[in-house]
Amino acid sequence: MTPPLLEIKNLHATVEGNEILKGVDLTVRLGEVHAIMGPNGSGKSTLAQLLAGHPAYTVTAGSVRYEGKDLFELDPEERAREGLFLAFQYPVSIRGITNSYFLRSAVNAIRKHKGLPELDPLDFLQVLEDKLKAIGWDDSFMNRAVNEGFSGGEKKRNEILQLAVLEPRLAVLDETDSGLDIDALKTVAGAVNALRSTDRSFVVVTHYQRLLNYIVPDFVHVLAEGRIVRSGGKELALTLEEKGYAGAGVGGAA
Amino acid sequence: MTAHFVGAYNAFAANGAAGSPPWLKEIRERAIARFAEVGFPTTRLEQWRFTNVQPISETPFALHRASWELGPVSAGVTVSTLGSAVATAPDFLQAHLGRYASVETSPFTALATAFLADGIVIRVAPQAVLAEPIRVTCRIPSGSNPMTHPRLLIVVERGAQAKIVEAYEGDAQVVSLTNGVTEVVVEEGAQLDICREQREGAQSNHVAASHFHQARDSRLVFTTVALGAGLVRHDIHAVLDGSGAYLILNGLSVLGGHQHVDHHTTIEHAKPHCESHEYFNGVFDGESRGVFNGRIIVRPGAQRTDSKQTNNNLLLSSAARADSQPQLEIYADDVKCTHGSTVGPLDPTALFYLRSRGLGAAEARALLTYGFGAEILDRIAVPGARERLDGEIRARLGVAGSAA
Repeated sequence: MTPPLLEIKNLHATVEGNEILKGVDLTVRLGEVHAIMGPNGSGKSTLAQLLAGHPAYTVTAGSVRYEGKDLFELDPEERAREGLFLAFQYPVSIRGITNSYFLRSAVNAIRKHKGLPELDPLDFLQVLEDKLKAIGWDDSFMNRAVNEGFSGGEKKRNEILQLAVLEPRLAVLDETDSGLDIDALKTVAGAVNALRSTDRSFVVVTHYQRLLNYIVPDFVHVLAEGRIVRSGGKELALTLEEKGYAGAGVGGAA
Repeated sequence: MTAHFVGAYNAFAANGAAGSPPWLKEIRERAIARFAEVGFPTTRLEQWRFTNVQPISETPFALHRASWELGPVSAGVTVSTLGSAVATAPDFLQAHLGRYASVETSPFTALATAFLADGIVIRVAPQAVLAEPIRVTCRIPSGSNPMTHPRLLIVVERGAQAKIVEAYEGDAQVVSLTNGVTEVVVEEGAQLDICREQREGAQSNHVAASHFHQARDSRLVFTTVALGAGLVRHDIHAVLDGSGAYLILNGLSVLGGHQHVDHHTTIEHAKPHCESHEYFNGVFDGESRGVFNGRIIVRPGAQRTDSKQTNNNLLLSSAARADSQPQLEIYADDVKCTHGSTVGPLDPTALFYLRSRGLGAAEARALLTYGFGAEILDRIAVPGARERLDGEIRARLGVAGSAA
């Protein structure tokens, strides 16, 4: 049997000396969509950012294997080239660099790693158009500087567009629903659904059940005080929605 | 060491300049008198606090003429040397020369005006729309401690449209002083784009004053890119002197080693309904140093002024340094003035963002750095100039390919 795509065992991590993750276990197989829910401060975003290699976090115990490899042996860019993608909760703006130039640089970094020839601007434009068509969006923000002056909705859409173009094996969505109104949420969720496939897995981190009405997960996990305290099917999200985290017997602020 | 420069002036007045018309001699006499009175500025003066010109004052510079190169000239514009314009268009010169760049503004402008002889005059006829940009290159001569005072007078008459590249270049090995003054008049309804490029050698001292005078409904986009010289001091003074005038002041410095750049800008909103946008970015590596002083003056009655200023400085090494000082002086009540500045290293979160998309650490750093420059260069509308500068900055920062 092939190893799981992602296997997290007893993961402990600190930021500035404070322990945030206190023994997380999680296994994600190819093609699965896992939702990680939890109250504020439970460690959801820490887990998401740590998987992508954010330098602020220190792993103190446990292991993460990605496609059988030790994830912590890989730099952030190596993880990306191996097919791991994080959609940021707070996407960063980059002055002076257009979105299309940025995306092409990223695509070419990954293509180079795979031994494929780099795309020139014209080839890339074709790829981009195809991707935009597939998720039903226009190219209105491609020639603006990356995330500069973007609305909250545009920033989140831009993350999903990057996901579409970079074609990861494992996509981690960190509170992609935060700051979105219902229309923007539907647009973003629709694009994510279009990108679901049997050879791509998702870890969807969210505080609210609402997103999971649109991106229906295979598994739901509740993270509280740095550990996964409950796991179940998609119905677990509804229970949480009904009773709140506290009502469902999950510690921390609801 | 003011005496050395006054002595050089006396020799110049007795020889090379002896045949000049009285009005020009008078301008020079007033200027040298002013320079002799005030001497070189010291760091005790607020305007010169961060820039020490003592090494300039102590170098026995010898007066030279710059060597000028002119590109092809389109119909509708007259380009001549200052010397020939003195003979052919004395009234025109008297109406403009030294009128905007007053000798009171800076001792260096006084010194440059005392040696007023070496320059280019560009006059764009009313309603002319120039097909091609005008390229003027001022090259520092070789020799021992050459001192030049290149002067440009640019007058774009009513309703005309022109694009100009103003370039300063020089030999890497020469300790030199370029002390340039450029006066620019944009008349009613006229439109002008200037791209100023400075790529002198690391031993050069580049002191410059650019003075702009804008009439009603005129539009000026001025970009200055400082890539070279050891010491750069550039004063820019724009007067929006007619309602509806529009100005973009755009600056980029990319320095390393021991280079020092000091931009002092003043935008004067003298009439109502004018708009100015100022964007200065600096990228400082090694032990280089950047100074930005951006003054915006809104005169009484200049209502509906819309003025924006930003100054972003990127420090690529712990020994690099940048100082940013905005100065708003607002004497009208119905205005919109904003300013913002940043000084700091590359944003670690932005670096992580790029790396999380597959870019290597070095590539991510180069791209973020390049963005500081690209943001400024993208506003250059002079054909060819943007691409050339973009290529130079890419090469310097190790960013491959071309922007798409």
